Amino acid sequence: MATSTTTVPSAGPTAGSRSFLSRLREGDEIARIITFLFAASVVLITLLLVLQLWHDSSLARHKFGLNFFVTQVWDPIAEEFGALPFIYGTLVTAVVSLLLAVPLGIGAAIFLAELAPQKISDILQFFIDLLAAVPSVIYGLLGVFIVVPLMRVYVEPALKQSLGFLALFKGPAYGVGFLTAGIVLAIMVIPYIISVSREVLLSVPRDQREAALALGSTRWESTWKVVVPFARGGIMGSIFLALARALGETMAVTMVIGNSPIVSSSLLSPGYSIAAVIANEFTEATSQIHLQALIELGLVLFLLTFILNGLARLLLVLTAQKGSGMGHV
Amino acid sequence: MKRLAGLLLVVLALGGIVLAQNALLINGAGATFPNPIYSKWFDEYHKANPSVAINYQSVGSGAGIKQATDGTVDFGASDGPMSDEQLKAYSDKHGSGILHFPTVLGAVVPTYNIPNVNATLNFTPEALAGIFLGRITKWNDPAIADVNKGVSLPADEIVVVHRSDGSGTTYVFTDYLSKVSDDWKNKVSKGTSVNWPVGLGGKGNEGVTGLVKQTPNSIGYVELIYAANNGIAYGAVKNADGVFMKADLAGVSEAAAGAAKNMPDDFRVSITNAPGKKAYPISTFTWLLIPAKFSDAAKRDALKNFLKWAITDGQKFNEDLKYAKLPKEVVAKELKAIGSIQ
Amino acid sequence: MNPRLRWRKFVSNFMLTMTGVCAVIAVSVLFFILGYLVYHGGASINWNFFTKLPVPVGELGGGMANAIVGSAKLLLLASLFGVPIGFLGGIYLAEFSGSSVAFVVRYAADLLNGVPSIVIGIFAYALTVLPFKHFSAFAGAFALGLMMIPITLRSTEEFLHGVPRALREGSMALGASKWRTIMSVVVPAAYRGIMTAILLALARVAGETAPLLFTAFGNRYWSHGLNEPTASLPVMIFNYAISPYEDWHRQAWAAGLVLLALILIVNIFARAILSRGGTVLR
Repeated sequence: MATSTTTVPSAGPTAGSRSFLSRLREGDEIARIITFLFAASVVLITLLLVLQLWHDSSLARHKFGLNFFVTQVWDPIAEEFGALPFIYGTLVTAVVSLLLAVPLGIGAAIFLAELAPQKISDILQFFIDLLAAVPSVIYGLLGVFIVVPLMRVYVEPALKQSLGFLALFKGPAYGVGFLTAGIVLAIMVIPYIISVSREVLLSVPRDQREAALALGSTRWESTWKVVVPFARGGIMGSIFLALARALGETMAVTMVIGNSPIVSSSLLSPGYSIAAVIANEFTEATSQIHLQALIELGLVLFLLTFILNGLARLLLVLTAQKGSGMGHV
Repeated sequence: MKRLAGLLLVVLALGGIVLAQNALLINGAGATFPNPIYSKWFDEYHKANPSVAINYQSVGSGAGIKQATDGTVDFGASDGPMSDEQLKAYSDKHGSGILHFPTVLGAVVPTYNIPNVNATLNFTPEALAGIFLGRITKWNDPAIADVNKGVSLPADEIVVVHRSDGSGTTYVFTDYLSKVSDDWKNKVSKGTSVNWPVGLGGKGNEGVTGLVKQTPNSIGYVELIYAANNGIAYGAVKNADGVFMKADLAGVSEAAAGAAKNMPDDFRVSITNAPGKKAYPISTFTWLLIPAKFSDAAKRDALKNFLKWAITDGQKFNEDLKYAKLPKEVVAKELKAIGSIQ
Repeated sequence: MNPRLRWRKFVSNFMLTMTGVCAVIAVSVLFFILGYLVYHGGASINWNFFTKLPVPVGELGGGMANAIVGSAKLLLLASLFGVPIGFLGGIYLAEFSGSSVAFVVRYAADLLNGVPSIVIGIFAYALTVLPFKHFSAFAGAFALGLMMIPITLRSTEEFLHGVPRALREGSMALGASKWRTIMSVVVPAAYRGIMTAILLALARVAGETAPLLFTAFGNRYWSHGLNEPTASLPVMIFNYAISPYEDWHRQAWAAGLVLLALILIVNIFARAILSRGGTVLR
């Protein structure tokens, strides 16, 4: 290799200190190009998807304009469509599900990674991964047969009795509604949080933990104040995964949310979500404008995901501590 | 790495098994309502004609129409007739039309769950429209109580349950309500998905059944077989001749018989609120949508033979699955129309 | 022991117990679901279930053999499509790319992940069904593969990042090229996490119904090769569960159980066969 230098190439992104030819000969440049193509294809596919949605909703976009975001009416016969109740329902159920799933999930991940003996941890993880494989239809059915009656008969009346003065818990207890959908979603996304968080926690170098313990911290303190922050990036990543799942879940939500386009401050009220209404009406929509309005809803969800992801990343950057393992968003 | 590659090869070999092709595969998509009888028919037909395999998937009437128009399936099926725009869209795309063939008849019933009420309730058209419009809010409202003397109805709020997904069942029910209530017609009108003034949405007949079963003081509308098989109460509806009819197959056939006399040539007809003392007012045909012109002769002949069989011999399977048979006059007319498929 | 230390110890024990509670809750939910499926569907699992085709309602002896094979086919193809893209893309992000490119790709992956499965189905329909005018297993695999990409990509990158610099530099110092380092040193070190992510992605798409309705469609009969519509377990579950027949409901639960068993087997198989004896770090 006549043109190679003697500097050690950095492990970072650029390898400019060696010439193109020598990189090529060792296969690095080819590797770089090929892996780049694959990474780029992901962006391409996403762009293509957005373009397709944009194109297939043109009629609706022109007809409704920005009013689409604030109109509450959804009338296929009168051809008046508004996205507000669906945006609201999507956001509320996602938030409720994360509020439940994140503490539970991270707690369980900490237990499995730090406390449980390895064999038990592995076996339990196996089973938790299975939760991710349960078809969403079955989650929906279990929601209808088990969660909804439980909510209607026990949980919601109890909430109304104790916290009924809050606007959050007003209204009749149907069993279906935002809260129930949030709970079912929480069960569905917990495996992602546990699974990925556990792996990330397991990969934190031993010396971090031991250093904290050597300095006199309790087990919990070393976990919570040293190990978890070190794994912050990966744990946030798992929350992103969970959020995405919660925003896009279709089948299970539509069976337990009540499917009524209502905007209500009460968690006990029936509601609707974007994914649910698309799933419900797409296969039977007959008029062009109806179909296009549904596609436009898909575009709106895309926008929502975009904004939520951006906010979450901002949060990550703003709360980044010095010395934590992950610096990238 | 080598182990990985070896494993992949083995699995690929297993996964890509190509078996000998012997049967002609014909694909169809559409309505969920007739799925049980269609699956029975296609299975029986395949047993009698092993060289023909008709694969029907119940993805919904709208999807069936869409896919037939797209050409991704060979035929469609729908609980509501195609509209003029849809027919035009089809012929614009294919250069020839698509034909409707009624196959079975069904009924939509109002089902309810009122604690301590086991009797069959009577419902007038005004009561049904009022309930689903949200005007009648309590079970002991005179509109309901007056025709149910002898039943003690509670003063509780009615919980309305409707379909959340677009469906032929909704189409039939709203078609009926539009005919009997001008208020409904102006405010909500008819369609596979409508803007329901009140109520919870259940997904599919099963979803509505489930919600009604679990929610006290609720009322919903489902296809007859769902109510019958799940043991939930369903009411009698006052027909055009003033008689309160509880849905049964005879009542549905009566409704169809009236329509048979004035059946249009393209078979697109609504039979809700049909005349006849014994007619059940919320009845409907369901149709198979067959292209008028086929490019594949084998598929065309297979489908034509199947149709002929289905509307004649196939009808003997209807009643066990709670579908009513086609009236003779309609069958005769259809047999003629089948001949026109090219 | 001073009071402050006592308090800290108390907090420590309490919080650690709480994490145990969280784990117990999560696991009990799973066992409850499994128990429910077994109770309601267990009776329907018999030899017929695995070997016969579906029969119309009211008849006995039907099964879901074509759906089981169909799901296996679809998942295999989907993995072949989605995993390489996610895996190699993740390698690019972790090893080669600059931070702005990485940011864009990650963002795109997260967006793709949040797309409702039915919209993916509609997208796949437009791309892989409409132009060819028929449904196929290919189309179904395309839709499912798309859904596998984001989890695979994000996780691969995450776990590759977690491998200490020292390993990479050690390998390079010994003269290995970057690519060699990646494939022989870095990836094996991150292997566990990546494997977990891939299996998680597989589990997720195994239970998806909506995308398949528009792509693989469904088939009452055996589907030959990869270019015909094919039956799959989630679609069968969906169709049977929304029917009015008790027998079909039981079969739907049984199918759910079989699907879970399928994923479990794949999990065990993958970890056993492809294991390289654990990571370097533990």
